[in-house]
Amino acid sequence: MSTATLLLLTLLLPLLGAVGIIAAGRYPNVREGVTLVTASLVAILVVIIAYRFLGGEEFALFVSEPIPGIAIAFRIEALGMLFALVAGLLWIVTSIYAIGYMRGLNEDNQTRFFAAFAVAISCAMGVAFSDNLFTLFLFYELLTLSTYPLVAHSGTAEAKRGGRIYLSILLGTSIGLFLLGILITWFVAGSVTFQDGGVLAGKLDPAWAGLLYALFLFGIGKAALMPFHRWLPAAMVAPTPVSALLHAVAVVKAGVFTLLKVTIYIFGGDFILSNDVTGGLIWVAAATILFASLIAMGKDNLKARLAYSTVSQLSYIALGAMLATKSGLIGASMHIAMHAFAKITLFFAAGAIYVATNKKLISELNGLGRAMPITFGAFLIGALSIIGLPPFGGMWSKWYLGLGIVETGQLILLAVLMLSSLLNVAYLLPIPIRAFFSKSAGGEQYTEIKEAPKTILLAMIVTSTACALLFFYPDPFYQLANLAAGGP
Amino acid sequence: MQDHLSLLLVVIPLVAAPVAAVLPQGRLPWFVALMVTSACATLAGMQLWAVVHDGVISYELGGWAPPWGIEYRIDVVNAFVALIVSGIAAITLPYALLSVEKEIPDHQIPLFYSAFLLCFAGLLGITQTGDIFNLFVFLEISSLSSYALISLGRRRQALTSAYQYLIMGTLGATFFLIGVGLIYAQTGTLNMMDLAERLPGVSGLKTIHTGFAFIMIGFALKLALFPLHLWLPNAYTYAPSVITVFLASTATKVALYVMVRILFTVFPNGFVTATPAADLFVLSGIAGILSASVYAIYQVDVKRLLAYSSVAQIGYMALGIGFASAMGVTAAIIHLFNHALMKGALFMAVGAIIYRIGACRMENIEGLGRQMPWTFGAIVIGGLSLIGVPGTAGFISKWYLVLAALEQQAWISVVVILTGSLLAMVYMGKVIEALYFKPVTETNIVVKEAPMLLLTPTWILVIANIYFGLDAEFTVGVAEHAARALGVVAK
Repeated sequence: MSTATLLLLTLLLPLLGAVGIIAAGRYPNVREGVTLVTASLVAILVVIIAYRFLGGEEFALFVSEPIPGIAIAFRIEALGMLFALVAGLLWIVTSIYAIGYMRGLNEDNQTRFFAAFAVAISCAMGVAFSDNLFTLFLFYELLTLSTYPLVAHSGTAEAKRGGRIYLSILLGTSIGLFLLGILITWFVAGSVTFQDGGVLAGKLDPAWAGLLYALFLFGIGKAALMPFHRWLPAAMVAPTPVSALLHAVAVVKAGVFTLLKVTIYIFGGDFILSNDVTGGLIWVAAATILFASLIAMGKDNLKARLAYSTVSQLSYIALGAMLATKSGLIGASMHIAMHAFAKITLFFAAGAIYVATNKKLISELNGLGRAMPITFGAFLIGALSIIGLPPFGGMWSKWYLGLGIVETGQLILLAVLMLSSLLNVAYLLPIPIRAFFSKSAGGEQYTEIKEAPKTILLAMIVTSTACALLFFYPDPFYQLANLAAGGP
Repeated sequence: MQDHLSLLLVVIPLVAAPVAAVLPQGRLPWFVALMVTSACATLAGMQLWAVVHDGVISYELGGWAPPWGIEYRIDVVNAFVALIVSGIAAITLPYALLSVEKEIPDHQIPLFYSAFLLCFAGLLGITQTGDIFNLFVFLEISSLSSYALISLGRRRQALTSAYQYLIMGTLGATFFLIGVGLIYAQTGTLNMMDLAERLPGVSGLKTIHTGFAFIMIGFALKLALFPLHLWLPNAYTYAPSVITVFLASTATKVALYVMVRILFTVFPNGFVTATPAADLFVLSGIAGILSASVYAIYQVDVKRLLAYSSVAQIGYMALGIGFASAMGVTAAIIHLFNHALMKGALFMAVGAIIYRIGACRMENIEGLGRQMPWTFGAIVIGGLSLIGVPGTAGFISKWYLVLAALEQQAWISVVVILTGSLLAMVYMGKVIEALYFKPVTETNIVVKEAPMLLLTPTWILVIANIYFGLDAEFTVGVAEHAARALGVVAK
């Protein structure tokens, strides 16, 4: 198949899947079959594309030109490939998980759920493959809108409130700030196409560059920098598969991915370094890393704690982007993948606990470890990878982030990173420890509780194994990250 | 036929109007109106095509050469506006059949269509003519018939709204006439092209400035430019649904067209920036966008909410004009077209709700989104376009407006435009929340989806909103062409 066809298929297949899901809505088994087939095909597609991309082939597709000079066009570069690979591979795992989860809890409106999910994946692919800021912005907004029904899925007052916060912060920041940033870029540089070395160098007065970068930094609300992070905890009212894939992988990574794209291909690393564009802004990321971790420690609701952990981890990527050195960018790009595999494992485990025991609070988990060893084992692996300990993949991204900081010589930031790792230990590890070693409050032994359904276990085993494998074989992601950072 | 194209566009509806009035009750008057509007839409399309390819059309009424006789002078600008007016009318009429039968007493239906055609002819006349006094005549034709149309609304408040509009509209028309008189006294001509030649010589005179001010304020009243908008919310709220759709997407657009025509073609270039007018436009635009959007948030009647939103949207166009740059005027014309699409779609969808439940207050429509999914979908997409989400026509408008503002380094305007989008998100969010997230009330549980005849025109406009958001070549091309034709020079 030609490269353009492959690219188009990756975007269209999930949409076709959504249509198929709606058409098969009355027959749950057929409907889930459609989901699984589509997701597997997408996974195979992204792997083929990644293989051929690393082999040196060019992937580009031009669709139309809505505004003279500004096109809807796609082109794959290393960073987008990395993001698409992560989203594509984890969709099939999450689909398997979601089927067990949604059936296990007997949720309503499952057809709408699976259909909206597929549309969201298509939008995420669109974000990943965009050739310019306009196309990216289009899919960025569509991603927000298509995930809204998933957040408000249960239809309770709490879900609607969460949905409202979700929509108003994400749309508000993107229209109020992000769009303005894009417009100013277009106005100043006459181009919003992603280019190696950026489009702004030589066109923009460096004195204003920091302000423009701030518009992007805060305008890309999906990156969840404080003070625009509230939508992420609010989105936790969604069913767990949504939190797992969308609010630990696709949506939030679309945010930091966009930030990296803007950093590398609009500003250009050299422009940022030589003019010290991000010197002050980097502290916003540093502060978010610490404050979000501190807030996470105080949360007893497991999903809320994981959400704040995500806020904190996303700022690692933002921080890496703002370092703008080669190692910093590699670390940031790799963290997109490493954090994705680890955090999705944690959410899978949280969902498994909920399906099996109906418990949402950490304080209720004492002694559950014996009854659900696989779940808590997976949780432990995910937690260790997030903390950044070997032998798990999370170590590599933190390693390169640390290197990046050393290169710039801002040692306080290194201290922030260290402190944050300690905080990660403090808010993640007590969870499996409680489960395995503490006795439950009433002293009962939970003999009646069993592990969650098999599909859920399977998904967790896959992602936690991946966390370990990524320590030994980080190569595909490292290669892509290295390419994105401009390395040989 | 080709030669008389421009005249036919006005004459056909003008002749058909009395015919519709004397036809028997039943569907015949509607059918006549449908035929007339479709024919006019076709003609307007041909006219735009001819103008784009062969240049300006100049038609001498009765063979009298201008400046003595009346000249119809068509360039891209008015050909475009004429297409918008007749296109919207042609899409509205299939919709009108059921909606009018529901809202207007049977014996008034022939008169309704007669007045509708008169209003239609008046609006087309305003766009076609190149004679400033002839323009006044058509203005009166369209205004008087629209007062009558608004007063036909099903609630008693329609009468007071029509009366309010009558007073304000007459004031506006009188102001316009005084202005025309003053300018005529100094130049001795009423032909626009002739005026454009003579005005530079006398543009320093106090009389000309006074005349200019009278004309501007007169049309600002018709345009409902903030703070002269007070008639608009009532008129839109209480008018029959079809009339709200039609007036919201055409009447204000035509008024805006006259405004740019006089500002940039009739008066010499640079006149507007030399007077306080440009700044006043920007000021009124900013105040209008902010205050009307905030007002919209607090409305409990959906039609009134959308009416306030219209006032805000007119503010966007005023901003574009106030920049007095090629980019600004292009943006204003793009928004003129796009706003016709989005408000047309939204008012049609609300009309469909009124058709089913006879009301459109927030408490009446609770939970209807599930009952009427297609109508609801139209409101969602129309709302997204109003907010300016990419992929919709509204985004293209916002894009060009902000660029025009950046070009002027008008930072306050930039912030205001984007804030307006956020406020639109809040008020459209309120409507969507009432429709979809409130539980269905007991009275609404039996409500069915609106009939196809209402849905199809609505969705034609909805799809147009998406189409022109993804392919703006036509809109932007015509608007840029129009800005050139108006004679706005790039700064």
